[in-house]
Amino acid sequence: MRPPCEAVVAVTGMNATDNPAPGVAVCRSLRAVPEFRGQVVGLGYDALDPGFYAQGLLDAGAILPYPKAGRLAMLERLRALRSELGIDVLLPTLDSELRAVAASERELAELGIACFVPRLDALAAAAKARLPELAGRGGFRTPDSEAVGHAEAVRTLVDRLGLPLVVKGVFYGATIVHSEADAVLAFHHFAASWGLPVIVQRYVAGEEYNVAALGDGEGGLVGAVAMRKMALTDKGKGWSGVTVDGPDLLRTTGALVDALGWRGGLEVEFLRERATGELYVLEVNPRFPAWVYLATGAGQNLPWAYVMLACGEPVPELPPYRVGTQFVRISLDQIQDLSTYGALSASGRFGSVGVRRAS
Amino acid sequence: MSSDSSRLRQLAVSESGFVFDPLTGHTFTVNAAGLAVLSGLKAGLDVDAIAASLGASFEVEGGEDLRRDVDDFVLRLREHGLVK
Repeated sequence: MRPPCEAVVAVTGMNATDNPAPGVAVCRSLRAVPEFRGQVVGLGYDALDPGFYAQGLLDAGAILPYPKAGRLAMLERLRALRSELGIDVLLPTLDSELRAVAASERELAELGIACFVPRLDALAAAAKARLPELAGRGGFRTPDSEAVGHAEAVRTLVDRLGLPLVVKGVFYGATIVHSEADAVLAFHHFAASWGLPVIVQRYVAGEEYNVAALGDGEGGLVGAVAMRKMALTDKGKGWSGVTVDGPDLLRTTGALVDALGWRGGLEVEFLRERATGELYVLEVNPRFPAWVYLATGAGQNLPWAYVMLACGEPVPELPPYRVGTQFVRISLDQIQDLSTYGALSASGRFGSVGVRRAS
Repeated sequence: MSSDSSRLRQLAVSESGFVFDPLTGHTFTVNAAGLAVLSGLKAGLDVDAIAASLGASFEVEGGEDLRRDVDDFVLRLREHGLVK
């Protein structure tokens, strides 16, 4: 295993539209490390994933089979990429990849690819449908919610929890509903999009906060940065945000990481109830958020700490982050010839990591 | 009207009147008079003292009006959870 500063790091999630994956932010974080002399490989699912075209970001890039192709297809592709590009570290950034990577950690290690991802039981325990159970273990609040498998149960919950309600897909998406008819409609929409169960949650009026963090796998927090979104896209994704001083946000994140023995990056979504000031955990996302470069900019480079841990290196204590550090996202057109697109389309790969090859 | 200024002392306030609340991430802007009131409250002055100070600094008369304006400003701060 090469030392972290010389590693070839493969990062997934090169999609960077108005609902961006975290890959570009993770790669920028690695590029921000002065001593990093390694190479960065972007992994995506479409030849037009914008991150592949970010100038100065990647040494190479490659297309992965979609997660629905299965764990073995992913492993086979990574085996080939290890041979072609000498990948030392894999940093997955998408929820849909985490289970397969976590289940393959030993096989990846045998290939010579290190990662630092949550254990399968922790992943299962952090799922939306099991959040109330986790809240009990971690000693934090979460809005009353229930995972339901049929529309009739939604009607019962409307009676019990009142309106409005929040209806959530098991993997992605949430909508606020103001009537029983809308609640049933949302149930069918999320059941059709993401399968069952669908989560029905009491609506809590308040302000949302987010924490990006890294767990050491032994119950400890390597680092954590709290943020409030300042501007949202029409999909509700943060387009601007600012770091905040949130002792209770960090304390709760620490309790959650401890309860799960969390290993790797995560994002915790919080809501502070306007009427009472009480803090609720809304969701735990099992990977770094798309805004993780803000954490880097504020003084805590969590992706780099991930790489160090994956390489088996101790991480020095991270400094306190700077409160009042802001990000504002931007859309811009990237101009180039067709060589990158052509290589990705024809061979599923572009670029090279030079002389580095797997031994 | 009295106010607990402990939350106000946590605010980051620029000379131009830009205010950042580090606990909530909220930002505000205040004009020169608002800036003077904020500074007075952070220093622990009461409303009467702040109104008198405003009258002197901005060379305006009308103590009752000034006091009412300062009270209104404090109410706005209370709405934002910045004073108790």
